[in-house]
Amino acid sequence: MSDTAVRVQEIRALIAAHKRWDIVFGIVGLLALMVGVLTFAVLFIQMVIDGAPRLSWDFFTSFPSRRPGQAGILSAWVGSTLVMLVTAMVAVPLGVGAGVYLEEYAPKNWMTDLIEINVSNLAGVPSIVYGLLALSLFVYQFGFGQSILTAGLTLALLILPVVIVATREAIRSIPGAIREGAYALGATKWQTTSDHILPYARGGILTGVIIGMSRAIGETAPVITIGALTFIAFLPPAPVSSEFPYLSFEWIMSPFTVMPIQMFNWTSRPEAAFQHNAAAAGLVLVVMTLSMNALAIYLRYRLRKNLKW
Amino acid sequence: MIPLSHADWTDAMPKDFVSDKLARRRLRHVKERIIEFILFLAASVSVATTLGIVLILLKESFVFFRIVSLWDFLTDTQWTPLFADAHYGIMPLLSGTLVSSAVALLVAIPLGTIIAIYLSEFAPFSVREVAKPFLELLGGIPTIVYGYFALMFVTPLLQKIIPGLPGFNLLSAGLVMGIMIIPYVSSVSEDAMRAVPMALREGSYAMGATRFQTATRVVTPAAFSGIAAAYILGISRAVGETMILAVAAGMQPNLTWNPLEPAATITAYIVQVALGDLPHGSIGYQTIFAAGLTLALLTLFFNVLGHLLRKRYRQVY
Repeated sequence: MSDTAVRVQEIRALIAAHKRWDIVFGIVGLLALMVGVLTFAVLFIQMVIDGAPRLSWDFFTSFPSRRPGQAGILSAWVGSTLVMLVTAMVAVPLGVGAGVYLEEYAPKNWMTDLIEINVSNLAGVPSIVYGLLALSLFVYQFGFGQSILTAGLTLALLILPVVIVATREAIRSIPGAIREGAYALGATKWQTTSDHILPYARGGILTGVIIGMSRAIGETAPVITIGALTFIAFLPPAPVSSEFPYLSFEWIMSPFTVMPIQMFNWTSRPEAAFQHNAAAAGLVLVVMTLSMNALAIYLRYRLRKNLKW
Repeated sequence: MIPLSHADWTDAMPKDFVSDKLARRRLRHVKERIIEFILFLAASVSVATTLGIVLILLKESFVFFRIVSLWDFLTDTQWTPLFADAHYGIMPLLSGTLVSSAVALLVAIPLGTIIAIYLSEFAPFSVREVAKPFLELLGGIPTIVYGYFALMFVTPLLQKIIPGLPGFNLLSAGLVMGIMIIPYVSSVSEDAMRAVPMALREGSYAMGATRFQTATRVVTPAAFSGIAAAYILGISRAVGETMILAVAAGMQPNLTWNPLEPAATITAYIVQVALGDLPHGSIGYQTIFAAGLTLALLTLFFNVLGHLLRKRYRQVY
C-alpha cells in the first residue's frame, strides 16, 4: 500500500470516529428526553392506580371527613373555583393593562426601565414569598383575613408577570402598519388600541392567561402561608340568592380551602386510605392543569398557523 | 368641477361648528390622558409588589432582629423557635435548602443541557414539535403532585436500593425536584442556542466539524450567557421550591450535609408555621419573615450572579 493510501485510510477512520460521537449524542439526547417522559408516565400511572378507585360522583360532592372512605373534595373544588374567579378578575385587567402600557404608551425613560426590570425579576421570586407579602399586607394590614379575596389577590400578583409577558409578546407581533392605518383615519391611541391592537392580540393574551391560571390552580405554598384552613366542611355563602338583592359578595370574605391544600392534608396523614384520597385529588388536579396547558398549546399552535400578516 | 372658495365653506357651516369640533377634540384628549394614566397605574402594580415584598420582609424581620441578634441567627446551630428552649440559628434550614437544591441541580443541569443541545442541534423537526410542548406540560404539573410522587413512589424505590433510608429524606425530594426543573433549564437554554446565528454553524461545518463538535465547541460557548441564565433560573426554582420538600423531606430542622437524612428547608419551615396556629405578632410569627428574608436574599444573590455572568460572557451578533 502506498503512503497516501495509508493516510487516506487514517483520515477516513478519524472522520468515522468523530461521526460516531454524533450518533452517540443523538442516543444520549433521546435517553435524556425519555427520563422526562418516563417520570411523567410513572407518576401518572401511579396516581391512576392509587386514586382511580376513589373517583366517583360522591368524591366530588362530599366534604372532607375523618373517615377516608366518605371524604370528598366538594369544599376544595368550590374553593379553587372561587379563588380562580377572583384571581382572573384581578390579574387579567391589570396584566393586560400593564402589557398595553409597556408596549403602546410607555415613553423611553427610567420609569419604564424600572417597570420592565421589575416584571422580569418578579417572575423569579419564590412563590412562598408572595405568601409572606399577603400574610402581612392583605391578612393583617388590610384586614381581609384568611379569605377567598386574600388568596385570589395573592395568586393574581403571582401570575401577573405571566400575563404581562404574554400580552407584550402578542402585541409586539402585530405589524406597525395596522396602527398606522388606524392613525391615518384619525383614530386616537386608545381607539387604535382597543379596536385594533387588542382584538388581534386576543389569542396570544388568552394563551398567556390560561397558562397563568393553570399555574395558580396548582399553587399551594402561598395559599398555605396566608393561613388557609386544611379542613373545611362547609361551603362559602352562595353568590346568587332568590331574595333581594339577589347577588351577594359575602363569599369573597369566607374561609376556604383549595384542591392542592386538600391533597397536601391527605398526603401528610399516615393512614394508607387517606393516601388514596390524596392520589384521587391529585389526579383531578393533574387532569385539570394538563388540559388547561394543552388548550393553551393548541391555541398557540393554531394562532401561529392561521396568522399570516 | 369648480373648487369652492373659502367663503363658500364658512357660509355653508353653522357659526359654532369649528369651536364645537375643537371642544370635542379637547374632550377626547382628556379621555386619552385618563386612559393612559389608568394603564400606567396597572403597570405600576408590579413595582408596588416588589416594594411591598422588600418593605414587609424588612419591617417584620426588623422586629425579629430586635429580639434575636444577627450573630446568633447566623451562627447558632439549632433552629427551635417553637420550643421552650428557643434557638434561632438559620444554619439547619439553610443546609437543608442547599443540600436539596444541590441534588436537584445535579439532575436538572446535566439532563436539561443535554436535552437543550439535542433539541436545538440534533433532533429532527417532528421530535422537536412533540418534545417541546411535552416538556412544557411537565413543567406545568402542580408541585404538590410531585411531592406525592416523591413520597409514595421514589422514596420506597430508593429504600430498596439504599437500605435504612428514612421515609423522609432530602435525596428523594431533591431528585424529583430536579426532574421538575428540567423543563425550565432546557427551554431557556434551547432558546439561547437557537438564537446563535446560522453563519457560525455553517462556518464550523465548512471547516469539516461534525454536528457534535459544532454543538459543543461553537454553539454552546456562543450561547453561554443564555445557558447561564437558564442555570440561574433553575437554582432560583430549586431554592424557592416548597411543597415537594414539605411533603417528602420532612419538617424537622437538621444541620446536615448528607442527602440521605431528613431535614427541613427554609420554605418547609414557613409552611409548617403557617399550618399551625401562631398568634399574630408573636416571635414565632416573626421567624417566618426572617426565614423569608433569608430566602429572598439567597435568590437575589443567585440572580445578581446570573446577571454578572451574562454581562461577562454576552456575545453580540
